[in-house]
Amino acid sequence: MLRRTVLGAAALPLLGGLARPALAQNAPVKVAFLGTLSGPAASLGNQLRDGWLTGVKHLEGRLGGRPVETLVLDDELKPDVALTKIRAALERDKVDFVVGVVFSNMLQAIFRPVTESETVLITTNAGPSTYAGRGCNPFMFTTAYQNDQPHATMGQVAQEEGYKRVFILVPNYQAGKDAVNGFKSRFKGEVVDEVYVPLNQLDFSAEVARIAALKPDAIFTFMPGGLGVNLVRQYRQAGLANIPFLSTFTVDEATLPAQQDAALGFFTAATWAPDFPGEASQRFVRDFEAAYNYVPGNYAAQSYDAALLIDSALKATGGRTSDKPALRAALEKADFPSLRGRFAFGRNHYPVQDFWLCKVVKRPDGKFATATVRKVLENDTDPYAGECRFRG
Amino acid sequence: MTALLRRQALPLALLLALALVPVLGVQDGFSLGLLARAMILGIAATSLSLLVGGAGLASLGHAAALGIGAYAVATLDLLGITEGAVVFPAAILAAALYALLTGLVSLRTGGVHFIMITLAFGQMVYFATSSLSALGGDDGYTLYGRTEFLGARLLEGRLPFHYLCLGLAAATWLFCSMLLESRFGRVLRAAKEEPMRVRALGLSPYPYRLVAMTIAGALAGLAGALMANAMEFVSPAILSWPRSADLLFMVILGGVGHLHGALLGALALVLAEEVLSHLWDHWRLLFGPLLILAVIFLRGGLAGLPALLAQKLVQTLDRRAR
Amino acid sequence: MSGLFLVQLLNGVQLGVLLFLVAAGLTLVFGVMHFINLAHGVQYMLGAYLAASLGIWTGSFWLGLLLALPLSLAAGLLLEFLVFRHLYDRDHLSQVLATFGVILFLDEAVRALWGSAPLPVPQPEGLGSIVLMPGLLYPVYRLVIIGAGLGVGLLLWLLVERTRMGMLVRAGASNAPMVSALGVDIRRLFTIVFGFGAMLAGFGGALAGPVFAVVPRMGDTVLILAFVVIVIGGIGSIRGAFLAALLVGLVDTLGKAMLPDLLRLVLDAAPARQAGAALASMLVYLLMAGILAFRPAGLFGGVRA
Repeated sequence: MLRRTVLGAAALPLLGGLARPALAQNAPVKVAFLGTLSGPAASLGNQLRDGWLTGVKHLEGRLGGRPVETLVLDDELKPDVALTKIRAALERDKVDFVVGVVFSNMLQAIFRPVTESETVLITTNAGPSTYAGRGCNPFMFTTAYQNDQPHATMGQVAQEEGYKRVFILVPNYQAGKDAVNGFKSRFKGEVVDEVYVPLNQLDFSAEVARIAALKPDAIFTFMPGGLGVNLVRQYRQAGLANIPFLSTFTVDEATLPAQQDAALGFFTAATWAPDFPGEASQRFVRDFEAAYNYVPGNYAAQSYDAALLIDSALKATGGRTSDKPALRAALEKADFPSLRGRFAFGRNHYPVQDFWLCKVVKRPDGKFATATVRKVLENDTDPYAGECRFRG
Repeated sequence: MTALLRRQALPLALLLALALVPVLGVQDGFSLGLLARAMILGIAATSLSLLVGGAGLASLGHAAALGIGAYAVATLDLLGITEGAVVFPAAILAAALYALLTGLVSLRTGGVHFIMITLAFGQMVYFATSSLSALGGDDGYTLYGRTEFLGARLLEGRLPFHYLCLGLAAATWLFCSMLLESRFGRVLRAAKEEPMRVRALGLSPYPYRLVAMTIAGALAGLAGALMANAMEFVSPAILSWPRSADLLFMVILGGVGHLHGALLGALALVLAEEVLSHLWDHWRLLFGPLLILAVIFLRGGLAGLPALLAQKLVQTLDRRAR
Repeated sequence: MSGLFLVQLLNGVQLGVLLFLVAAGLTLVFGVMHFINLAHGVQYMLGAYLAASLGIWTGSFWLGLLLALPLSLAAGLLLEFLVFRHLYDRDHLSQVLATFGVILFLDEAVRALWGSAPLPVPQPEGLGSIVLMPGLLYPVYRLVIIGAGLGVGLLLWLLVERTRMGMLVRAGASNAPMVSALGVDIRRLFTIVFGFGAMLAGFGGALAGPVFAVVPRMGDTVLILAFVVIVIGGIGSIRGAFLAALLVGLVDTLGKAMLPDLLRLVLDAAPARQAGAALASMLVYLLMAGILAFRPAGLFGGVRA
């Protein structure tokens, strides 16, 4: 711990010397967007990117009055690739903001160089506990959530629905283990079995057979990307759909185009869904679908909000990014009309917001989307925020 | 000496060019970071080239040794040990031990079977590191400082790190070249080219190959320790099988049979990827065919290119003269 | 629990059969031409994409599957003509590098054409489900996959063992120059074997589509497992590939299903689950390393066909 502080202090004068001069009002704001845009999980990255671009479009290509230039970077879901590209963006292209980031492990890879160069990092999906508590950083914000929260929302749902015996199925990596902990933080019933599958799992028939044998009241699962497509389809084929399917990041607008009917009636937890009322929300959905020809999910909405957030902060600072304390203070206010309605940052720069239970529906136009069922958690603060103390 | 100079003109020119890069004004963190990455992969590829070119052993699990070196740095960091005099030897030893143990089994096979069994061991290490919760599992482990030497943070500076990587790449190349020229290396090469004769001489290639594998593993471990420091981050991606394949491609692209080809291949792959991915989102549509063309037309690899060009030039001149 | 075991057993056989379809082409190509084709996995992916797209277009999964076969064959022949043909007389390492180039290109082409999201796959119509254990419907389609795989296995064995073409293939495998000297067009033989192998891989991908996700780079995992299969079975041996594919499929599936429970006998629940999952992923590779340590040429190495 001591070492890190000393290092930080030593690095500050050096980086301060390299700080960009205050830019003229017309010079573009440079933003590096980092997302997973290739491989099986690419649909998540596409949602983030297109949400961001829609936000920029609605602001007529200007953030706080300055034109915006977005560098789109694909992390290929490889930490080393993410790091190399972000270093290039920071050191060669001298970006003012880094936004996006689908997966926590990609965030972890780029976190140090971005924050140590005092560049503002706004994650629009990844929100690991690592940076929510003691590891919080004044230069990091997230417009998404702390990762535990959606899982905890599902735990709350299971608890409220009175399920006694729940079967848990997650991939065998850190985020999977976090999902289990998040769910268990609010679910107090019996967990009949916890199954961890490899990230490259092809076939879920073994797990599906096990669920059928154990006959739980409900299952809770977290299976992002291609994993979720397989699981949902096989779950339906096995005739298990009468066992409630509680999930996070498994049935959403990123995977529904492939899951289609198989996911109908399955549950997920979200901060926003395309059926949210309000003109701003409806306009976003309309314009997004017109431009990209698929339904935006909460990933896209969170990215859209990031554009509005930066815009609001730059308006407050008169377009300047060089005065870091002022920029941070302006961002902390979160003075923008979020698609989610109410939105505020906690002391750790993670949002304090409502969480919803959503369900997969087929819209009249034949497309599949999630729709809100009910509000589960109101003004929820993540469990780590209390431990956050910003240094310097 | 002049003969040596002429024979090794290309690698020496390559090393000199790398040494001159910062002097010529390229000092930004990004470019030097990219070069450092290429040189470190070059060290690992050179050690693999010792196996492939010297002993005819194409390992598809060499990244495991690289990764073990990197994970040694992370593990010691977790325990609070960042002293280079401990970290580097530990990384080298751990990787050498891995190579020795897997070599004991995999050297019983040959050819494609050897490729596959080294892949199998590599996958085992990959899945093992993926489930190491203490080091972040799949998410990886962030190092909050580079390795120190007697408390001095020598590796933090860009230039010192650049020259350290260069120095070690040069040393690796020199060491492997000398090794191949030695009696040990001659037996190794003979066992690859004329196994019957070596056996007829009463020599078993097995112990020679085992030693070669251990040495190559140790060098890859060194590269891994450097890699951990360059990235300040360690994750299982560093030892996934595509990374092993990358190393193999660096060797092949550079030219099997030329040790310096590995460094050349590493530079070419890293830089080509950087340039192409900047040009076009779907850059692999270009890169794939480029690799194929390189294989079909560049038989000696990149290292054989000057000789090929010289030969063509001489032919053309000859024809003109007639 | 016996119902559960039966289901897991069938799942293992099904995975094995799919692996066999990919491995069969790989082992033939390797056995006959001594050619390492890393791009075999992308041909599996191509089959899945073609079948899924054609299935949507025609509105019938079966029609899509049927149409995907000649297209997979054509794709294989085209690749052979454009790339592989120039690599037959090269060393293995060059083949590895060049075919990796093909992987990069085709993976990216699929991404550019179909996008990177998982593709919706039409479900095979006309098949229901059966009840193998209480509360679980087992799709008949999965039994069809098993049947198709066993059928292809039998057909291949007959082709290789009982036909003139098969005889040439076997002869070509053991001594290509000799066969060539006897007036057989060895190049054409290679092309045919190649196209046939590509079609089998495409067939495997097309069959797998409705069960697994159709996503870019879906061929990579299968490729590695198929290599494991042909190495365990002994390179060039169809019979070896068949038995090894079933072995790998069963070990992988049953390992994942049972290891965590077995470990729970000696460990606490939480570490047992995680160690079990990690160990289950490694199991196939442990199996291969174990077999190669004792039989360096694989189970049927040296014995042709």
